[in-house]
Amino acid sequence: MAHLTPVLSAHWDAERSWTLPVYEAGGGYRGLRKALTMAPADVLTAVKESGLRGRGGAGFPAGMKWGFLPAPDGGPRYLVVNADESEPGTCKDMPLLLASPQELIEGIVITSYAIGCHHAFVYVRGEVLHITRRLQQAVEAARAAGYLGSDILGSGFDLEVTVHAGAGAYICGEETALLDSLEGLRGQPRLKPPFPAVAGLYARPTVVNNVETIASVPGILRGGASWFTSMGTERSSGHGLFSLSGHVTRPGQYEAPLGITLRELLELAGGVREGHELKFWTPGGSSTPLFTAEHLDVPLDYESVATAGSMLGTRALQIFDETTSVVRAVTRWTEFYKHESCGKCTPCREGTYWLLQVLQRLEAGQGTSADIELLLDLCDNILGRAFCALGDGATSCITSGIQYFRDEFEAGTHTPADVLFPPERSSVFAYTPRSAQLAGVQR
Amino acid sequence: MSVDHAPTGRAPGQQHRAGYDEATRARLAADAAAIIARYPRERSALLPMLHLVQAEDGYVSPRGIAFCAATLGLTTAEVSAVATFYTQFKRHPNGTYTVGVCTNTLCAIMGGDAIWEELSEHLGIGHDETTPDGAITLERVECNAACDYAPVVMVNWEFFDNQTPASATALADDLRAGEAVRPTRGADSVCTFREMSRVLAGFGDGRADEGVGAGGPTLAGLRVAQEHEWTAPAYGDEATDTAAPTSGQPDAGGSGAGAPGAPVVGGEQSSAQRTPTGGRDASAAPRARKRASDEAKES
Repeated sequence: MAHLTPVLSAHWDAERSWTLPVYEAGGGYRGLRKALTMAPADVLTAVKESGLRGRGGAGFPAGMKWGFLPAPDGGPRYLVVNADESEPGTCKDMPLLLASPQELIEGIVITSYAIGCHHAFVYVRGEVLHITRRLQQAVEAARAAGYLGSDILGSGFDLEVTVHAGAGAYICGEETALLDSLEGLRGQPRLKPPFPAVAGLYARPTVVNNVETIASVPGILRGGASWFTSMGTERSSGHGLFSLSGHVTRPGQYEAPLGITLRELLELAGGVREGHELKFWTPGGSSTPLFTAEHLDVPLDYESVATAGSMLGTRALQIFDETTSVVRAVTRWTEFYKHESCGKCTPCREGTYWLLQVLQRLEAGQGTSADIELLLDLCDNILGRAFCALGDGATSCITSGIQYFRDEFEAGTHTPADVLFPPERSSVFAYTPRSAQLAGVQR
Repeated sequence: MSVDHAPTGRAPGQQHRAGYDEATRARLAADAAAIIARYPRERSALLPMLHLVQAEDGYVSPRGIAFCAATLGLTTAEVSAVATFYTQFKRHPNGTYTVGVCTNTLCAIMGGDAIWEELSEHLGIGHDETTPDGAITLERVECNAACDYAPVVMVNWEFFDNQTPASATALADDLRAGEAVRPTRGADSVCTFREMSRVLAGFGDGRADEGVGAGGPTLAGLRVAQEHEWTAPAYGDEATDTAAPTSGQPDAGGSGAGAPGAPVVGGEQSSAQRTPTGGRDASAAPRARKRASDEAKES
């Protein structure tokens, strides 16, 4: 049986886990103490050798990203932590920050030390009030204890951290849109290159990393690169939070080595809800192509998931059983992308609008026989042509949904999705849908 | 925000006014100065300042926009352009509580759609509408990163996990009756929209220690690991005294600790794709190259 490896989640059950003394008692800030005895370049090397890859979805090697910063020119360099967790299905960073925000703060100090940054930012989504409180308090507590501010732990290294709350925009999870938003602008993506490493926040060299990525750094310093690579696969090293949600007996956060399979995770989580079977799932959020029961044994590492036709993304494993209408699920995700499209580029702005029009009529059972080809054609005109990854992501669930469940889309030409798949069979509680009540239909 | 949802009239005291009275303006100016001081460049203060305006007026008011513009040296059009981009910035007075039902796919299928239908009918209002008593503004919200607690309802962006139509309507009734409600994972009670906005502007309310660290699903994997006595590999530093003395002296040739200016960073950092070109650092050559490559998709 595959073993779990709680690292980030190891002390989440501690009384007042979010406070600094509890974090220190669990070994917190040992990684920083170790790092401060090393040259910054050696810290960078340790992270490079660990093979830590971005945990925010793209999987770009963190050490390499840091290494892209140009040589110091005397001006400021920034670290910006992406805590704008909004990808549908993704729910790992928010519980981490609620339970143990100091993990992130320690990672920020180490990373800043490695890259020569003296002012770091945490861009947290605006829709998580208590997490914002915990982050603000964590920064204050760390400063009071000498982990932030000037001459950190007597090392001579200075660092300030600013917690910045967003205001409700999925697109700000895209790193350059996030930077524009942090600069006080509409959150729209920038043309790349230049990449943030060269011209990021205020056009200065900037590293943008996800919460879990940065929170994984202290452990690498404590245990060394070989400790980290003792978990996971050769090219997808280390531990990661796998977030199971949906039709699963015990949904939640399961921290495991990369390369674990859904079959193994489901076993630990009590399986698909009783009396039902797996129909489709997302390996890494709604922007990653759907998988089905035939993918239960795909190792959940970057390479294997890509080879199987999807992306590891954020390890947001949304599980749907046989009661679920693929057309309904896909239509709702598309509604999301249409709503969150920033409007900057035409393929995404117009494309998501028209995708939704077509999908809504299919969901209502009023589609035409040409609609599936129309959807695929629209997707073909968005994928690879949109300004940023949002547009690409919008097409994933549609093309993969049609690939695996074409007959359900075809049924959308004559039968509404809620007739084929009554929604009350999918919900966790019993109820009678309004539409059925109004029609006086007994289902 | 849709244009066909015109404001449904303003209650007394909510009229647009030309500006703030002197005392209010001075107070806001002091808050704005504290916000601006957090950033290397003052325009970065705009989002928190718009949260601050909402803390004062309950929405992004015309006078609030004018205040932001005057403080940051922007035009009101520039401020409005930003305010209209973000869904949390309200263009008409918000209720005391924003009640948001997650109707993104996972929550919707787990029962969020049923909760939405029930709540919308119960309150007699639709998306982005406010009850006549000004207590509740109802919203369909997007994924709020609590999928393992689906279906989720947010009240002033505090988590109410594992909801049902009955629990959600009871919650709404309590809010309208002025009863205290307790989030599943959050503070001990829900604050008002204005109080919340002030926290989002970066002014803590001293309530971070309230509530739990984690709910059941957050700990699901940890519990399984504990049951099986599974742990991650040992770090190897466990024997060290927790209060190990801090090394103030990095390795020779190391960080340049104590030296003024940026630390001396390793030679590896010279592996930038190109040397910076100064200024806004967006030279024409990479721009032209971008079109012909997939580089823009990286990271």
